[in-house]
Amino acid sequence: MNNNWLRRKALESIYHAKSGHPGGVLSCIDIIEYLFSFELNFDIKDLNKIDRDRFILSKGHSAPALYAVAAKAGIISSERLNGLRKINHELQAHTHRTATPWVEASTGSLGQGFSFAIGEAYGLNMQKVNNRVYVMIGDGEMQEGEIWEGAMFAAHYSLANLCAIVDYNKLQSDDANANIMGLEPLSEKWNAFGWNVIEIDGHNNLDIENGFNEAKICKSKPTVIIANTIKGKGVSYMENSPAWHGSLRLSEEELSSALTELGATKNDIEVAVNG
Amino acid sequence: MDKKPILLGRTGDSLREAFGKELTSLSSSYENVVVLDADIAGGTGIHHFRKEFPDRFIQCGIAEQNMMAMAGGLAATGLIPVVTTFAVFMLRAIEQARLSVAYANMNVKIVASHPGLDVGPDGASAQCLEDLACYRSIPNMVVLSPCDPIEMAQATKAMLDYVGPVYMRTGRSDTKRILDETYQFQIGKGQILRDGSDLTIVACGVEVARALEAAESLEQDGISARVVNMSTIKPIDHDLLARCADETGAIVTAEDHSVLGGLGGAVAESLAQSVPAPIEFVGTKDVFGESGEPDELSDKYQISSRYIALAAKNVINRKKRN
Repeated sequence: MNNNWLRRKALESIYHAKSGHPGGVLSCIDIIEYLFSFELNFDIKDLNKIDRDRFILSKGHSAPALYAVAAKAGIISSERLNGLRKINHELQAHTHRTATPWVEASTGSLGQGFSFAIGEAYGLNMQKVNNRVYVMIGDGEMQEGEIWEGAMFAAHYSLANLCAIVDYNKLQSDDANANIMGLEPLSEKWNAFGWNVIEIDGHNNLDIENGFNEAKICKSKPTVIIANTIKGKGVSYMENSPAWHGSLRLSEEELSSALTELGATKNDIEVAVNG
Repeated sequence: MDKKPILLGRTGDSLREAFGKELTSLSSSYENVVVLDADIAGGTGIHHFRKEFPDRFIQCGIAEQNMMAMAGGLAATGLIPVVTTFAVFMLRAIEQARLSVAYANMNVKIVASHPGLDVGPDGASAQCLEDLACYRSIPNMVVLSPCDPIEMAQATKAMLDYVGPVYMRTGRSDTKRILDETYQFQIGKGQILRDGSDLTIVACGVEVARALEAAESLEQDGISARVVNMSTIKPIDHDLLARCADETGAIVTAEDHSVLGGLGGAVAESLAQSVPAPIEFVGTKDVFGESGEPDELSDKYQISSRYIALAAKNVINRKKRN
């Protein structure tokens, strides 16, 4: 898979915003794209109906990935993307429910979207609605105690309609997870907390598909998909470098070089830079 | 209101019990109400609900941050979540209340028991003297602090009928009954419980009873004190405050809370922009409490009726100087 168009649009929006978090956007974008293309029962025209799937981006700083996917899915017009982080614009830096009605939660403080998703999963269960709730969390986010409060809760109530995805790119703001606050052994942790644990390559569509299918089969526990990903995936100078976590400003040269790698023509780049 | 209210004086339910009973009684018709608890239902009054509606009672364990943000998610599925725990633990989860409840503007009700020195022997760790200030500063958040079981019951219904985030204080100790059955609570409206012309005492929660006692004793000293029950801290009743400042010329605020940023702060902010008048603040003086009985603590920390009366005399002196 390459999802080059999505990657280009997300980076372009960060360039025009003059700030943002490109590394984590590029690591999670393939999974979000898969969810919106193949997995979610979600219709922008029918947000008020209760029997629909939900997706929450708990790592809210990766919002540009979600917005680009939404543009591709026709939920928003792609012309809106370059309004990211601009005043009086619906595309807030971190997803925000009241500014962007098709967005499920307000995020940007790590751990909270995960709990919000658990609340939705519990609420749907209680009301005998069979739809599923998907929530994407970051790896550094798992250093928040709230994640483990929620992990206990979801397992205690056997919320099998809940599927968490860890964007496990192994890097966080300042450095590698392992140097900031080690997360390993990660699968064993989730397993010990009572979750169904699935490991996948988060950039491989077949792996992603198998992971979500396997998650749906499990009817007794919540599932966590630990998606091994590459921070900055698709842009060689960003890959596996915490320097591109952000929040940072992309220069025109950096954008052009990234877009070239992502298959943009000279003309595409000119259009992108001029917004 | 001309007639003096009868300070019925009969010790009734604590505010937490009044809340728990009324919520339980309302929940037969409010079918979307669910209650979240962090292993403290016996203390918050919500044990009544748990008994009656076990399927709508959500035990969250001792994990307030997850509980608060989860409430936002529950509301997103059309339920009306009522988050319950001690006020101090609402501070622990305040960032979740800010983002996942208030910023997202979810229809979540946050009901905090054990506010103030009224907590008594459990001591400073549990005596929350900061919650009104903290929750009041969050956009979209309505903040309530009813004064007696009658008002608590009505405020519970009003809170459920209001669409949006609400923070409401209950209370631990048995309370004196102040209002009669004709009282009608309305979010955003204060009420004059006793008329007076020399100053106005604006109080909330358990301090309303103390304010009425203070007004009685002031009367014996020839001072006519008006008493306002300001059970909605936010949005504050600007019109009533301006009228009282205009008609009585001096204000005392009284709350079982720090003098920093709570009811006193709200009143001062309001009057500074409308009808400036001298104000004295009765509340804890930027200090923590300690173990002891509520009445002992209220004297030591100078929030008892005696200190309200003293503040009234001080503010009248300032008025004369002006």
